[in-house]
Amino acid sequence: MRVVIAEDLTLLRDGLIRLLSAHGFEVVEAVDNGPMLLAALVEQAPDVAVIDVRLPPTFTDEGLRTALEARRRRPGLPVLILSQYVEQLYARELLSDRSGGIGYLLKDRIGDVAEFVESVRRVAGGGTAMDAEVISQLLTRRSRDEPLAELTTREREVLALMAEGLSNLAIAARFGVTDKAIGKHTNNIFAKLGLPPSDDHNRRVMAVLAYLQAGPASPDPS
Amino acid sequence: MPRVIRGQTGGVGRVKRGLIAAAGVPLNAVMAVALVLAWAPRIRAGIVSLQRAWAGAALGRAIPARENGPRVLAWLAINAVVGPAFLMAMTAVVNTVGIIVHLRPAVNGPSVTFTLSLALLLLSALGLVVAALMGLAEARLAELLLGSGDSLAQRVRELTASRAAAVDARAAELRRIERDLHDGAQARLIAVRLNLGLARSADDPEQARELIEEAWESAGQALTDLRDLVRGIHPPVLADRGLAGAIEAAALLCPIPVATDLVLAGRPEPPVESALYFAAVEAMTNVTKHSQATRAWVRLRHTGDGLRLVVGDDGHGGADPAAGTGLRGIAERLSAFDGTLTVRSPPGGPTILTMELPCAL
Repeated sequence: MRVVIAEDLTLLRDGLIRLLSAHGFEVVEAVDNGPMLLAALVEQAPDVAVIDVRLPPTFTDEGLRTALEARRRRPGLPVLILSQYVEQLYARELLSDRSGGIGYLLKDRIGDVAEFVESVRRVAGGGTAMDAEVISQLLTRRSRDEPLAELTTREREVLALMAEGLSNLAIAARFGVTDKAIGKHTNNIFAKLGLPPSDDHNRRVMAVLAYLQAGPASPDPS
Repeated sequence: MPRVIRGQTGGVGRVKRGLIAAAGVPLNAVMAVALVLAWAPRIRAGIVSLQRAWAGAALGRAIPARENGPRVLAWLAINAVVGPAFLMAMTAVVNTVGIIVHLRPAVNGPSVTFTLSLALLLLSALGLVVAALMGLAEARLAELLLGSGDSLAQRVRELTASRAAAVDARAAELRRIERDLHDGAQARLIAVRLNLGLARSADDPEQARELIEEAWESAGQALTDLRDLVRGIHPPVLADRGLAGAIEAAALLCPIPVATDLVLAGRPEPPVESALYFAAVEAMTNVTKHSQATRAWVRLRHTGDGLRLVVGDDGHGGADPAAGTGLRGIAERLSAFDGTLTVRSPPGGPTILTMELPCAL
């Protein structure tokens, strides 16, 4: 599997190269700034890119913006954004083109090597890998939004794990139930969110997006 | 940042003020005569306030009133002499002009008419300038003796207070950061080293693995602590996306729905951004904690000369700036940049906080 890495701190870049190489990835290019990243993504068309959100020259969310730009040019290009902190705003922007292949994880998660590698593979396969922190921030909000308010507690839990990128089988294992039972929950979630029947993968992305996008309607007129 | 003192500037304003000053010369002479009546307090107050209004118009700035006292009497006394004297000087000039007008030269001709006209014009202009200067001198005197000088003194007091509050807040903030680091990340890193040190000298591989596992956990917690700390000092999203983006991101985290309408063409200075961002966050926290609102809204605009941030909710109102630390905190944050907080929160709601801060974009 061909991967492009963008990280400006040498220590972490070398660590990522070593880690991914050791798990069967082929690191085709490792860059340390936004413009070089864009060139690498467009020219190399890797199976997945692992990108630090903050990159030179601006040292702001250069990595995120570059990833979004690359996906505009190559729709569906799988990208996994790493960050020292997570913002729902950014999660929402990443998912907004609804084509999957998106990861957004705290850098700390690299420390959990097996799970991190699994996340990279999942994103490369067109899935999602949202950090548990994004999800937990969402859960602190009261059930403020239609139609998410209609979901039962268990359905919300299932949706949260779906957002993290877990399959029905993996979610079933978490709860100690059969994946069939989870399948029932996911179908209820799709129905309540009004997602039309399509392939299961796409609907999962849409459900997660609905979860992230659920916000207030229009501004107060006064 | 100094507060902008409004006044008419430019040539037109100066000429206008000069004419007002010149017109004040005969006025002052009349007032000097009125001194006879000034023993009646009400007439004296009338004279003084008229004088103050004129001096303010001539100088192009407001002159705050001062308490009746020896300075007012001093002004009455000085004006009794200076007022008529200046008027006499002015009359002398006008008389000279009159003499020239009535001059009947022995030899008449175009060149003589021209010379006389020129002299007349110059003399009139000179008279006007002198009158204006005399008027301005009188106005300045009136400002000194009749004005309280309060605007400046008041401003110094305000600045001293806001600076002290800013310094206090900074010191408290630094203490909090120090404590958080000490009890958080620092302590956890000590634990990491301790566990790794034990693991290095452990004989039992199983025990070593457990110790490494613990160290791994502690390192993760240290990262979480640091992340929370950084967010509290300067949220990265504020640097990334500016004020509008950061407030949008904070609104997403608010437990109740917050409608946002944020329009800002440029980036204010980072300290201003930071002050308004934390003020907005504090305002949203207040809504969540106290208002029992079901929805809130935030609006950000750059008006002619500053930023205006309005946070409203549909809660039960009755927010009292004196009661809690939240609103006072917002006001203090803003005051460091000459900003103000206006609270409108009648019992029964709604509550609307308006934060304004002078700022050029």
